[in-house]
Amino acid sequence: MDVFVQQLINGLTLGSIYGLIAIGYTMVFGIIGMVNFAHGDVFMLSAFVALIVFLVCTAWLGIGSIALALFIVMIVAMLVTALWGWTIERVAYRPLRGSFRLAPLISAIGMSIFLSNFVQVAQGARNKPIPPMVQDVIVLWTGPTGYTVALSYKQIIIMAVTAVLLTIFWYVVQKTSLGRAQRACEQDRKMAALLGIDVDRTISLTFVIGAALAAVAGTMYLLYYGVVSFADGFVPGVKAFTAAVLGGIGSLPGAVLGGLIIGLIETMWSAYFSIEYKDVAAFSILAIVLIFMPSGILGRPEVEKV
Amino acid sequence: MSDPTAPAREPLLTLRGVKTFYGNIIALKGVDLDVHQGEIVTLIGANGAGKSTLMMTIFGNPRAREGTITFAGRDITQMPTHEIARLNIAQSPEGRRIFGRMTVYENLQVGASLDGGVHFEEDLERVCTIFPRLKERLHQRGGTMSGGEQQMLAIARALMSRPRLLLLDEPSLGLAPLVVKQIFDVIRELNEKDGMTVFLVEQNAYHALKLAHRAYVMVTGTITMSGTGAELLADPQVKAAYLEGGRH
Ligand SMILES: Nc1ncnc2c1ncn2[C@@H]1O[C@H](COP(=O)(O)OP(=O)(O)OP(=O)(O)O)[C@@H](O)[C@H]1O
Ligand SMILES: [Mg+2]
Repeated sequence: MDVFVQQLINGLTLGSIYGLIAIGYTMVFGIIGMVNFAHGDVFMLSAFVALIVFLVCTAWLGIGSIALALFIVMIVAMLVTALWGWTIERVAYRPLRGSFRLAPLISAIGMSIFLSNFVQVAQGARNKPIPPMVQDVIVLWTGPTGYTVALSYKQIIIMAVTAVLLTIFWYVVQKTSLGRAQRACEQDRKMAALLGIDVDRTISLTFVIGAALAAVAGTMYLLYYGVVSFADGFVPGVKAFTAAVLGGIGSLPGAVLGGLIIGLIETMWSAYFSIEYKDVAAFSILAIVLIFMPSGILGRPEVEKV
Repeated sequence: MSDPTAPAREPLLTLRGVKTFYGNIIALKGVDLDVHQGEIVTLIGANGAGKSTLMMTIFGNPRAREGTITFAGRDITQMPTHEIARLNIAQSPEGRRIFGRMTVYENLQVGASLDGGVHFEEDLERVCTIFPRLKERLHQRGGTMSGGEQQMLAIARALMSRPRLLLLDEPSLGLAPLVVKQIFDVIRELNEKDGMTVFLVEQNAYHALKLAHRAYVMVTGTITMSGTGAELLADPQVKAAYLEGGRH
């Protein structure tokens, strides 16, 4: 029971990070029907941006308050990564729109390779650590066997930041004209244009939002693990993509739910079975769910009146 | 000025020699057409004649490969679709194209986005008066509305931007006769009361010709006839081809 609660906490933390990344996959897929394979690397890149900004804040600017530093790091990482997201769409995907279906996909794989290599060359191949920060934990209780169930400040920050950002994001998508334009383009681009919506701009915006949320994930990842390497885009990227598919690709709540489920499966499996097979477990669940629910948990089987 | 038969003003919408292709297949073979401010103009023609293609070509999707399209004195032939819409042309397109996963209210909001939403409440009130059915269903998802309700919504959504020119592609399609009559009444009223210019594509030739000031007949991508609604209604060829057997 104690182990279970502890793993629940760990799983939700990890799941938050996956969920934030998964939104980028699901939104881009929703609007242009393409899997943005470079998204995991955008996440990795954002973690590096966060790392650099963090070091600048603490070492050069001498900002003492961790909270303030974290806040600045996150905002700057979001802005810089959003710019990357925007540029990637402009350079690698937009020119191929209207081309054959696989073209942007191939371009995305190329972009993914480019990004990880770029970071490897620019930042080196070794793991980049940051000085430890926010070490405190709250001990919830100690079980009879001496196992302590703890909630770390880091985990609180990660879950709280995720919750706040998802709320803002949800509000933007549901309640603002920007979000409506985004959904309109997702459902019928041709009609959206007839109503005066600039479709290209809306697609750009989707990449910008997806990248900004990935940057939040990147910052949280760095905070959680305290280390990042150029190769860290791949596995979290694949997991987040799995989360998006599991939740129902195209569905925003699905992406978050999928992220949490994948996070939980991974931590639970590690605790009760073997840590080596945690990824296999996550992907097996995906396969099983897709057999019974081909469009994912919250995905919509297309039943629309014509 | 010297020509006494020339219309008083330049037409609101003009098409000259417009040719549109799908790949290598020609769909519009050089269309000339005018719509004047304050008019109801209808375009009738058999299935596959190119009527919907013409409506969409006005919006640049597909784009005219030859010819020119002008609206309110501006050449819009090469303008991006959304910018054309921003000149205050609205379309209720073929197939209605309701945003199925948005509520009726949201569909109307998207329709009003050009307006910046300043007149939203007022315009919402107005379209709800025109189509009381929509008012009852504001929070229903568009995709779950009946075909007729979706048609009303498509028209209402087009009206939300306060268009100078309203394009309607077969607004009566699939509707019960009573609703058809209601829709045609609405068009007439919009035209008479608000002075809205309407360009209407219809299969329901009898109703359309009765309603329209002027009309065009299209056969496989070419305009073959034009005249006032009454003229075409009385024309034996039109009668034979488009009004035959109709009890209307
Ligand atoms: N996307 C497309 N690709 C290829 N051909 C098309 C396309 N859309 C229309 N066409 C062809 O262009 C011609 C004109 O079609 P259009 O839809 O304009 O006809 P229409 O007059 O609106 O017919 P209806 O009364 O049935 O709606 C048809 O022969 C049609 O097959
Ligand atoms: Mg048609």
